[in-house]
Amino acid sequence: MNYSDTSIVATSPFLSLENVRKTYPGVVALDGFSMEVRPGEVIGLVGENGAGKSTLMKILGGVTTPDSGTITVDGTAHDRLSVEASLGSGIAFVHQELNLFENLDVAANIFFGREPLRAGPLKLVDRARLRTMVAPLLKRVGANFSADTQVATLSLAQQQMVEIAKALSIEARLVILDEPTSSLPLAETDKLLDVIKALKADGISVIFISHRLHEVERVADRVVVLRDGMLAGTLGKHDIGHDQMVKLMIGRMLKEREKASEAARAPGAVALAAKAIRTPAYPGRPVDLDVRRGEILGLAGLVGSGRTELARVFFGIDSSLGGALELDGKPLALASAADAVAHGIFLVPEDRKLTGILLDLSIAQNISLPNLPAHARRSLVSKSAETATAEKQKKDLGIKAPSVQTRTGTLSGGNQQKVVLGKWLAMNPKVMILDEPTRGIDIGAKAEIYGLMRALADAGVAVLMISSDMEEVIGVSDRIAVMHEGQISGILDKDRFSQENVLLLAVGKQPK
Amino acid sequence: MSKKDLGLLILILVVGAIVAIINPRFLLPINLANTSNLIGLFGILSIGQAFVIITGGIELSVGSVVALLGTLFIDFIAVRGMEWPLAFVLILVLGAIIGLAHGWLITRLKLQPFVVTLCGLLIYRGVARFYTADGTAGFAFGQNFPDLEFLTAGRSYGVPNSFIALIVISIVMWVVLHRSVFGRYLYAIGKNEEAAKYSGIRTGRVVIAAYVICGVLTALSAIYFAMYTRSISPASHGQFYELYAIAAAVLGGFSLRGGEGSLIGVILGTVLLQELQNLVNLLGIPSSLNFAVMGGVILIGVLVDQQWGVFRERRLMVDATRKSAAGAAAE
Repeated sequence: MNYSDTSIVATSPFLSLENVRKTYPGVVALDGFSMEVRPGEVIGLVGENGAGKSTLMKILGGVTTPDSGTITVDGTAHDRLSVEASLGSGIAFVHQELNLFENLDVAANIFFGREPLRAGPLKLVDRARLRTMVAPLLKRVGANFSADTQVATLSLAQQQMVEIAKALSIEARLVILDEPTSSLPLAETDKLLDVIKALKADGISVIFISHRLHEVERVADRVVVLRDGMLAGTLGKHDIGHDQMVKLMIGRMLKEREKASEAARAPGAVALAAKAIRTPAYPGRPVDLDVRRGEILGLAGLVGSGRTELARVFFGIDSSLGGALELDGKPLALASAADAVAHGIFLVPEDRKLTGILLDLSIAQNISLPNLPAHARRSLVSKSAETATAEKQKKDLGIKAPSVQTRTGTLSGGNQQKVVLGKWLAMNPKVMILDEPTRGIDIGAKAEIYGLMRALADAGVAVLMISSDMEEVIGVSDRIAVMHEGQISGILDKDRFSQENVLLLAVGKQPK
Repeated sequence: MSKKDLGLLILILVVGAIVAIINPRFLLPINLANTSNLIGLFGILSIGQAFVIITGGIELSVGSVVALLGTLFIDFIAVRGMEWPLAFVLILVLGAIIGLAHGWLITRLKLQPFVVTLCGLLIYRGVARFYTADGTAGFAFGQNFPDLEFLTAGRSYGVPNSFIALIVISIVMWVVLHRSVFGRYLYAIGKNEEAAKYSGIRTGRVVIAAYVICGVLTALSAIYFAMYTRSISPASHGQFYELYAIAAAVLGGFSLRGGEGSLIGVILGTVLLQELQNLVNLLGIPSSLNFAVMGGVILIGVLVDQQWGVFRERRLMVDATRKSAAGAAAE
């Protein structure tokens, strides 16, 4: 195809949104948002979690209907897009979570469900033709692997190339990449950015959503910044810079927000210490971190920066590939979560329903589970001891349920989280690790959980809180450690707390 | 006793009543004693299987283990002249070792239970046949072990001692499964192994223990089966027994995904299976249809149970909707 006439086409945008508004019960997700994408243009789309990026993507994909506004694709105006209209007009998505069949080869993935068939009643797949169809697509994305490679053997960046080739196979004119680099090592990221440039050269538009601002800086022609569902600003090619983006993302008034904080606490002794710990996710990047008694240490960072992986090592779920752990100054060897529990190191995991509690068991059974031998006589479970422990936690934590025999699966998210907390509070925690403790929890329960963490710290427990919620990290922590690509990029004391500093460290820059 | 178990018990009684009406010989003491003997033998086997299934695993090798350990037991006492109590203990230890090996391969080397125990099924059968050079293991003419025979194949007050053994084992295992710390761990792992691990349970050890229990109970039933048949041709002895055990558990309300089922359930499942076998004999149904009848009944049983679950869920939802609608109207 010949794209020599792009200069003429470039005058009219491929996609434009005007005054798009979308509300959910109680929340305005997008408010009067407008933007346009010209052919062959790479748009960087940035914004904090909850700024409205995913709502925008859902509208473009035809999954959600906007309340008002106009979407014009290729000259045709729509009130809303259906999934078919979105696909039909050449909008393709490459999601953060790849949708590939790892057990099939590259060609089969790209043309899945649309395989060329041989003539005849058996409708066999025409392998030869499939290969000739796939080859040019792979060439366009600069793939260094062949069409019959099994997807499972490819690296993440290569798998993303397959996804992009899939998008090209439906003759996409706009490819939307959602956080494509968040799980890629640096070398692989370069390859992906090259693919984006190749798409651009072919006249295909790209919307590149990323938290990694320096990558946005490198490829974007224009940057659109979202904040609280509104267009915070647009930066042209020459204005794109790291600081400008951050400023737009968090808003000026939040910049020097004064914290109504209590007097700085005297730090306690180091409870849990990581010495050059290497997690399986980032084996080449040792982590040093001290969690002190009586403090809440916030662990901030972008999704995929290695925070959860670090917590898994601290809790004995994954073993460290190197380095050493210390508890109260003594070496600590953890072969399993059971070892961590025996030492008083507890984890409230990120995924409550899969790992936090057993939904089919009752509140009492969940709370007694980690400490069941203490609720048993001659290894027979004592229901009365179990009920007594659970009743106490139910009362202390204000778990709302008809009784402690209620199945935890029927409780609300906040109450389930309290059950997870209750099972650890019923034993004596030394180190309490909480991974996104308030995700998916209503505001009332959130405040209660903050109160509990503070009470634990006041009682001398070392509290490590992983959180992606900036307000939460700044509002609750005594110190903040920030992770960037598997390493601690910096530790902030209370006098240097600001959203800007956390965000700068999270993208690997030095704070002010 | 749960509603599920009660339903199964009623089914057993209804089928029994129908068979008794058509053929009164069903209630003859000799028939009841024979059937309860078989219930005892298969019941012990099925309890072992149940402990594995509750963790979400499966043990396919039990039929072959019954053949191998049965052959060894008879060989030890009849040919090698070993004291029977010693041979008895030795066989149980061998059963435990087999269970330990399976559990270790599954938890430490992360092999799938189906694969490990399928290989066991093939290996133990082969070893048993090789051990006797494809011959038959049996007692010499006139060879007697009065105490052993009384305990395994004898009767007390007309009740087969194998059935009494099942009752004793059931009571013990009921306590283990439904009252002990270990039993709670088994259910927790079956429901959600990850969450159990995150609660500090050493899940690997618990799962291995389940396979060891299964191995020991299988070994015990192997001795009972050996003393019941008194001669063993390793090529066919115990064939399909793993399927009887799995079927009993499934009929008794166990989910093959783990975390569901009760001890009473698996016992009732065994009773129903043996009742069906008996029914085939007594009602003059061609014995070639034996498996077909069993398969049909299990399929219907599972289907009814599953549909009942769907029905109940729907009723709960309708109730909840009504309640909230009534509540809204009241406001």
